[in-house]
Amino acid sequence: MNKIIRKQQLTPETALFEVEAPRIAKRWKPGQFIIVRPNSGSERIPLTIVDGSKERGTITMVVQRIGKTSAVTVATPEDGSFADVVGPLGEPAKIKKVGRVTLLAGGVGVAEVLPVAKAFKEAGNYTTVLAGARTDSLRILREELLAVADEVIWATDDGSFGFSGNVVQLLEATIKSSGEKPDLSHVIGPIPMMRAAAATTKALGIKTYASVNPVMIDGTGMCGGCRVTVGGKIRFACVEGPEFDAHEVDFDELSRRTKAYRKQETAAYEAHKCALGLHA
Amino acid sequence: MAAPKRNPKAPRQMPPEVAPLVRVQGAVEVAGGFTEDQARIEALRCLDCKDPKCVEACPLHIDIKAFIQHIVQGDVEGAFNKISERSPFPGICGRVCQHELFCESACLLGKKLDPVAIGSLERFSSDYHRQFNGEAPVVNATPTGHKIAMVGSGPASLMASFVLAQRNYRVIVFEALHRLGGVLIYGVPPFRLPREILDSEIARLESMGVKFETDVIVGNSVTLDELFNEDGFEAVFLGTGAGLPYLLNIPGENLIGVYTANEFLTRINLMHANEFPCADTPVNIGKRTVVIGGGNSAMDAARWSKRMGADTTILFRRGRAELRARAEEIEHAEQEGIKFEFLGAPVALFGDENGWLNEMECLRMKLGAPDSSGRPAPVPIEGSNYRIPVDTVIAAVGQAPNPTLQRTTPQLITNKGKIVVDVERQTSMQKVFAGGDVVRGGSTVILAMSDGLAAADAIDRALKAQKEEAVGAQA
Repeated sequence: MNKIIRKQQLTPETALFEVEAPRIAKRWKPGQFIIVRPNSGSERIPLTIVDGSKERGTITMVVQRIGKTSAVTVATPEDGSFADVVGPLGEPAKIKKVGRVTLLAGGVGVAEVLPVAKAFKEAGNYTTVLAGARTDSLRILREELLAVADEVIWATDDGSFGFSGNVVQLLEATIKSSGEKPDLSHVIGPIPMMRAAAATTKALGIKTYASVNPVMIDGTGMCGGCRVTVGGKIRFACVEGPEFDAHEVDFDELSRRTKAYRKQETAAYEAHKCALGLHA
Repeated sequence: MAAPKRNPKAPRQMPPEVAPLVRVQGAVEVAGGFTEDQARIEALRCLDCKDPKCVEACPLHIDIKAFIQHIVQGDVEGAFNKISERSPFPGICGRVCQHELFCESACLLGKKLDPVAIGSLERFSSDYHRQFNGEAPVVNATPTGHKIAMVGSGPASLMASFVLAQRNYRVIVFEALHRLGGVLIYGVPPFRLPREILDSEIARLESMGVKFETDVIVGNSVTLDELFNEDGFEAVFLGTGAGLPYLLNIPGENLIGVYTANEFLTRINLMHANEFPCADTPVNIGKRTVVIGGGNSAMDAARWSKRMGADTTILFRRGRAELRARAEEIEHAEQEGIKFEFLGAPVALFGDENGWLNEMECLRMKLGAPDSSGRPAPVPIEGSNYRIPVDTVIAAVGQAPNPTLQRTTPQLITNKGKIVVDVERQTSMQKVFAGGDVVRGGSTVILAMSDGLAAADAIDRALKAQKEEAVGAQA
């Protein structure tokens, strides 16, 4: 049982939780993740560690409601707890000093990019975060982003704030206007966005890492459910990732594999909403 | 009362079984236990040898002769207590141990007739105790000694915990998953080992003062250094198991519908995917399943697949005689209508435009000269390729040691992933011992338990020697 210390509803679909997890708080590094079960019957879902405080013995995570388990997680009250939180899992992000680092983040990726952006900045890089949201009201963690990056540029799909378009188009636009390419790029967010970012950065010759989020169970290399093809080789994202060379990841396969349980997920989520009386 | 008359010539008693057509409908335990009459008849078959080879053959050296004689006398509780001197897990071992390879293979009666059904008698003692006595004997509920950490809560650690708790050590078991038992919970299906048996035998350890912490991955959540230097542990036992699944290494392995046995079994055994949508974790099972492999995991996966309604075939590259699973599981699988296709191996998997598996290509094999495993090597027959339609493929082709701890503890010397230990079960690190599958690769529950026993002895000796040294230094 991991007690919730703080809950912040970021958007109607997205919530931030700070939970007690002293061992993880002491050992985590940017880019690592945890596996959470909100209650004792839940699936095990992987979530990126957004922040952690050794002194407070807590870690922070951000969850977006997309299926039953994530909906149950988001709905957990501030005075509640999660049945299981285990980690830190995966390899930390590869942080080094290269000069200019541009980080592309979309959706909850905006939360997940925070510790990585901070680490790149602390390593002496000039960091730019290109953050994406569907619309102005769904832009999350604006202050926090400003605190960890040298520069933050927002893109919204509907153009209601900042650049009109997605973060990949924003990257192209910024490179075009400044005439300068970053030395390294890091991308985290929905698969279509990461795939597009990988294609663009590859064409532009920018070394890019992507943090992938396939289906997982144990998170310790035991089941192989998280297999990803990287550079033609099968890799286990839970122990060898989640960060890989974006230009080597087979995003088409990753996209298909994340849909393996779409039918069951939809049925379970509908039944869950039905049980909560959310259907007329 | 006259002494009951020995009758070795009576037929070996067969435990009742749930009918195949009934048991494939759910997760009910397949094998039943002996009735009291059966147990007595079976116990009376025992020759009560002067030099009981069965005791020597048992990796835990349970006093088999003595416990069987308790059953002969009608003292089943005495039989249970006799087993408990060496093992608190008769319910587990009575169900999953490969008795035919150990005690029963050494039984003198087996030279001419069927050996005594030692496994079934062990199980009977445990079931009887659970039914009529309930509470486990508390050996020592107030441990006061040195702190010892167990990494993993599988058979090796559980046995080491038992031995050390008996000797008054304070034992804390760290488990990475959210439930205890290691392979016994994620690997072995409930139709072979009901969870109440597993839980009740783990509860015996708790009543002896052993503490369990789930959701802790030693190496990630806490390092070995921290266990020694910050948490005050004086020895650590690594029983992290063989959790890393081998893949098929053929084209199409990442298609949807292709599982490792580990994933398939974990989804069902640990996460209850068979109960979806009542349980939250799903599993994809189509109309036709092919399970690849010939060990216990292959049988377990095939039997779950059958229970979930799929037409299920086990594809094995050697012949029936080379299957590695427990004899009973092979028979049970056959009874349940699982098809066996011997001398065949997969060469490629094919899928539709959405990445879903729908066909596989196989190759016929013939048996050649023995290989390193001592079994005839499968030799491909050129041009014998054939294709079959399939919705689910489960690769049960073995596991390598779990690499998690080794990854974060480079000081730990390994050989092909297996942690290297000396005769005392000590690793290359001081006060760090290891046993079970992480040392052996894929092996058996009982050998893991015997490693746990040996390592616990070694830990006890090492800490006592250290104490004497300290006393000597003061004098």
